[in-house]
Amino acid sequence: MGRTRGLLLAGILISAVFAVSTAWLASGEPDGLERVAEDHEFIDTAKVPGYEILPDYTIPGIENEVLSTALAGIAGVVIVAGLTYGFGQVLRRRATPGG
Amino acid sequence: MLPPGLHIPDGFLSTPISLAAWVIAIVVLALAVRFADRDLDERAVPLMGVMAAFIFAAQMMNFPVAGGTSGHMVGGALAAILLGPWAAIIVLTAVVALQALLFQDGGLVVMGANILNMGIITVLLATLIYRVCRPFALGNAAALGIAFVAAWITVEASAIATALQLAASGTSPLEVVFPAMVSVHALIGIGEGLITAAALGFVLATRPDLVPRPAAATR
Repeated sequence: MGRTRGLLLAGILISAVFAVSTAWLASGEPDGLERVAEDHEFIDTAKVPGYEILPDYTIPGIENEVLSTALAGIAGVVIVAGLTYGFGQVLRRRATPGG
Repeated sequence: MLPPGLHIPDGFLSTPISLAAWVIAIVVLALAVRFADRDLDERAVPLMGVMAAFIFAAQMMNFPVAGGTSGHMVGGALAAILLGPWAAIIVLTAVVALQALLFQDGGLVVMGANILNMGIITVLLATLIYRVCRPFALGNAAALGIAFVAAWITVEASAIATALQLAASGTSPLEVVFPAMVSVHALIGIGEGLITAAALGFVLATRPDLVPRPAAATR
């Protein structure tokens, strides 16, 4: 169990460092689909989302862009890891009753 | 203002295409939930959590490719190789859903299409390629090479699926959007292949017990 927990913590830590580093390292250029949509003039058919929680991988209200992206990245890593781990546990318990 | 890491936003796909993609995504997801426990031993569940965290972070990391364009990893091949197809589909779906719901990256109406293109087509195709190539994956170097090729092909397949959906939606003619998507993703796929091979190499070096050994299975 110790090794398993170590794997989980190490993996999430590596991912969090990776997510934080995107605040400095990630390219701001349009990505593949966005480039195609701009070149072939259908980018304007995109609808603006009806609501915003953490738009553009930033936390609204935090002016510093690097800090904002870094914190949004950590939030995403922790939430998605927690959700997936939890869901996996539910599936596994269903598969092995009492285990 | 569109986010730098652009999944398909609402408006790009017609309602019938969006609905059709949702139907396929939901059916496959139901199968994944039904069959995932085959893949889930004690180590697999934490690995699912780690995989989801890593793929989320990797998808934030846009890397530059030619001509003022960037790309980011999808992660379907890596997840498929390490987790098996069903658990991998669940992981990719969790990432794509969270990106749409929380980060407004990818639309809600078209979320089924984003799940289908990035989370289902990539995983199933990578699984198929990895299994077909099983007899040739004798050493670590061969396994990494196969992972690179599988990752590149899955990115192209995902781009082709997106191009077909855009064309079927009347957003852009197929003869325009198909070559455009295929050519730019040929470059992005190289990035996907390199990151996939590097991540797999890292796991092989640190925790080789976590990597299903295709070669060993045939001996």
